[in-house]
Amino acid sequence: MFGWKAAKPVVLAVSSGGGHWVQMQRLAPAFDNADVHYATTDKTASAQVSEARLHIYPDANKETPLRLIMCVIRLAWIVARVRPDVVISTGAAGGFTAIKLARLIGARTMFVDSIANVRGLSVSARLSVGVADRVLTQWPRVAAVTGADYRGAVI
Amino acid sequence: MIFATVGTQLPFDRLLLALDDWAKKNRDVPVLAQTGYSSQRFIAIETVAKLSIAEFEAHLASASLIVSHAGMGTILSAAMMGKPVLLMPRREDLKEHRNDHQRDTACEMARLSNVTVVEDKTDLHSALDIALANDFAPVTMAPDGEVEMLETLIDEVRDFVWAQQDSVRSGPVLKKLVS
Repeated sequence: MFGWKAAKPVVLAVSSGGGHWVQMQRLAPAFDNADVHYATTDKTASAQVSEARLHIYPDANKETPLRLIMCVIRLAWIVARVRPDVVISTGAAGGFTAIKLARLIGARTMFVDSIANVRGLSVSARLSVGVADRVLTQWPRVAAVTGADYRGAVI
Repeated sequence: MIFATVGTQLPFDRLLLALDDWAKKNRDVPVLAQTGYSSQRFIAIETVAKLSIAEFEAHLASASLIVSHAGMGTILSAAMMGKPVLLMPRREDLKEHRNDHQRDTACEMARLSNVTVVEDKTDLHSALDIALANDFAPVTMAPDGEVEMLETLIDEVRDFVWAQQDSVRSGPVLKKLVS
């Protein structure tokens, strides 16, 4: 009845390289039919997703404060350009940063903690609790003792 | 061919040197290692600092055995390809990582039928000897009863992506009208 009701959600999928990226690729079917953009730290990801939909940000962690600042600036620019309705992250620090930034423009946000975190949440996931709309862990026993939910895993 | 990887974030020379030592005694087995940040010189293994994602996947696919730190990218990709993988977890006390999560990860992943966890050089050498003696026989993965876990997670993320899309686009007034 109303054409604009069927608008595709704009999704920004944010993850560091390596295992975080592999896990995001495993979740990619969830973005079928959505307008999806990827942000990651490894520019060679262009072999897997179209370059027009790929945004690169510098890798950083709490021990590399300068790069962390560059990372925040770059992610702010990416969020401003993509204007996502939804941000999904599989970690790590960059994912939390993007979620924090995307909240400012009213996006809905979800942080999926890496399956590597078998005993507790990662620092980024802990920070995301209370900031992101949803924080998921891939281990039931981690969900039992944290503010995260368990809804399956990438394996 | 053996393909080894220790990620690209932090050095892990304990694994690479142990592998090099084994390769010195087994010169007929080609070994390629993605070393990340290593300042070591290796004698019997071919090394590359960093591969592109596509190259990395190609080497995983053509390897008969994978030797790796307990990084999830390699573990997941190896599991999908049904490749045998020897995992040596990084240790915080040896300053190989910022924390000990790789030991926990390895412990859990040891359940996968293609994964063997090794703690040190001795472990690694005996696991490599066994693999070689069996001619790097491919592993038969246990029937994949866990596809459900992936489907559940994908459904959850998809539902989240599309949730409220209609109401957001149509606004509260229209929502009241249609309800």
